[in-house]
Amino acid sequence: MAGVQTSAEKWTNRTAIAAVFVALIIMLTPIYWIAATAFKPRNLATTIPPTVVYEPTVAPFVKLFTKRSQLREQPTQEEYDNAPWWEQMVFDGGEKVVRNRKSGEVRSSGYGDRFKNSLIVSVISTILAVGMGTLTAYGFSRFKVAGEDDWLFFILSTRMLPPVVVAIPMFLMYRVVGLNDTHMGLIILYTAFNLSFAVWIMKGFIDEIPREYEEAALVDGYTRIQAFFKVVLPEALTGMAATAVFCFITAWNEYAFALIMTNRNAQTAPPYIPSQVGSGLPDWTVIAAGTFLFLIPVAIFTFLLRNHLLRGMSFGAIRK
Amino acid sequence: MPTNNMTRLDPNSQAASKGLSDLSIRNLFIIPTIAFLIIFNIFPLLYSLGYSFTDFRASTNAPAKFIGLQNYRELLNDPFIWKNFSITAKYVLISVTGQVVVGFGLAMLLNRAIPAKGLITTLLLLPMMLSMAVVGLFWKLLYDPNFGIINYFLGLGKFEWLADPDVALWAIAIVDIWMWSPFVMLLSLAGLSAVPKHLYEAAEIDRAGNIYTFFRITLPLVAPILMIAIIFRTMEAFKTFDLAYVLSSQPTTELIAIRLYKMAFQEWQTGMSSAFAYIVLIMVVAITNIYVKYLNKVKAR
Repeated sequence: MAGVQTSAEKWTNRTAIAAVFVALIIMLTPIYWIAATAFKPRNLATTIPPTVVYEPTVAPFVKLFTKRSQLREQPTQEEYDNAPWWEQMVFDGGEKVVRNRKSGEVRSSGYGDRFKNSLIVSVISTILAVGMGTLTAYGFSRFKVAGEDDWLFFILSTRMLPPVVVAIPMFLMYRVVGLNDTHMGLIILYTAFNLSFAVWIMKGFIDEIPREYEEAALVDGYTRIQAFFKVVLPEALTGMAATAVFCFITAWNEYAFALIMTNRNAQTAPPYIPSQVGSGLPDWTVIAAGTFLFLIPVAIFTFLLRNHLLRGMSFGAIRK
Repeated sequence: MPTNNMTRLDPNSQAASKGLSDLSIRNLFIIPTIAFLIIFNIFPLLYSLGYSFTDFRASTNAPAKFIGLQNYRELLNDPFIWKNFSITAKYVLISVTGQVVVGFGLAMLLNRAIPAKGLITTLLLLPMMLSMAVVGLFWKLLYDPNFGIINYFLGLGKFEWLADPDVALWAIAIVDIWMWSPFVMLLSLAGLSAVPKHLYEAAEIDRAGNIYTFFRITLPLVAPILMIAIIFRTMEAFKTFDLAYVLSSQPTTELIAIRLYKMAFQEWQTGMSSAFAYIVLIMVVAITNIYVKYLNKVKAR
């Protein structure tokens, strides 16, 4: 784009910009539609033509977290008036909230627990993977290791294994040691999966830290360990944060292992949400609400991570 | 880069004689990771290698009986397995081609001065960060023949995307293209921005046409990075499970990973599925090898 543009170039540019905007709209429509459906009353979720303008409601979220049953008859006026506002929303949709007979407490759906499981498993496995990965990356970056490239290839290849291939023996082994359907079982699998990624990408970050820093510290009388913690680690912090976000997202989104290795206690959100579609007519507003909440952390993280996406996606091979 | 001149810290150096020796620190930092990966990735595979020579079924208590290579022989002679392989090959071809065309196209469009370029790029990248299983599921609603917005906007009436056995694989590939074109776009953008500007200026002086410039300058220089994207996506598409599993139960969309899952965890043919897993594993390791070669090549530049 040197200086003067011919009018033909101007037009090419304008067409390209228009095309980019069209592409953007197409790419984001499915995500927008999830968000839009999550705030719709059920009867507007499946209309033709699609409902674009509507009064938003939080009913799908109320339904997402509660156990409900179909209304056989209309609630009495008194029943309706005494119910809290969020329960009235469920009444309006032709359903009622299920309560425990004795205590009268609202029974909750499985979603909250699944969401919590997702958080526990993703956070702990991320911490383990980034912690171990950073140490190993430092080892490979700073010391001579015989057959270094082979080891690094071995580490990366463990990530490339198809989940179902690994899951068959893991399932059998977990059955023996009682790790099926436990948080610990999933945490181990996700840590192993993310560890290889963390080593590769952290090695790139640590390679960039000048080794003169540590050498100066060593001359000043630090031990190697002190130099690592006081000099290298602070420099590597940004890289560790980016790596952690990548690991978190991978664990958060993982489906196959969770489907095979868990069913109730430790089940995470990804296998749970599709299982709610079931047979018959699914309530898409509730599924959209569950999906919407599930996507929020990832969407936020993607923005925080935007400058590191290239590096993360290429295992540290390509840096800007 | 004069990397060879850089002094590698000697594991036995005197500089760090206080505290732990460098050698023991190196081992302390590296060995736990290697051990962890061997215990939880390699050992299980050896475990299932053993089972692949037996008729073991995890659903019964019957002890495993050694049957030699029979599982492998049966699998390689099973026409249905070959069907799964050809479905997978077709799926890989459609979805990777689609991703390269769309992703590279987007990168070409974005490789110029555009208002709010950073924001637009990040927004375009969003789909690839999302969960395939969860977001893929929502495409069921978008594809719905009666009230899906896709049929509505394309004016397709009651077109059956997922119920029609001939279309379902394409429908799944389209979702995959939607999710992963941004990945190809991201890598292509990096490649495009590395093409030296003076090459284009020289081409302009020589009055080279746009098509000529594209094929003689742009494409050859972006090719190595594009190749990484293609190999990586090929490997991932080959392994596809989530998306196809939540979207369709058609026999025409039964990819290898789905067949494997059903064999192992629905039919409980543990021995047979272990053998199958090994056949898949060898293929993945082969693709991984090519992938790493390319990664190192690009890294070396």
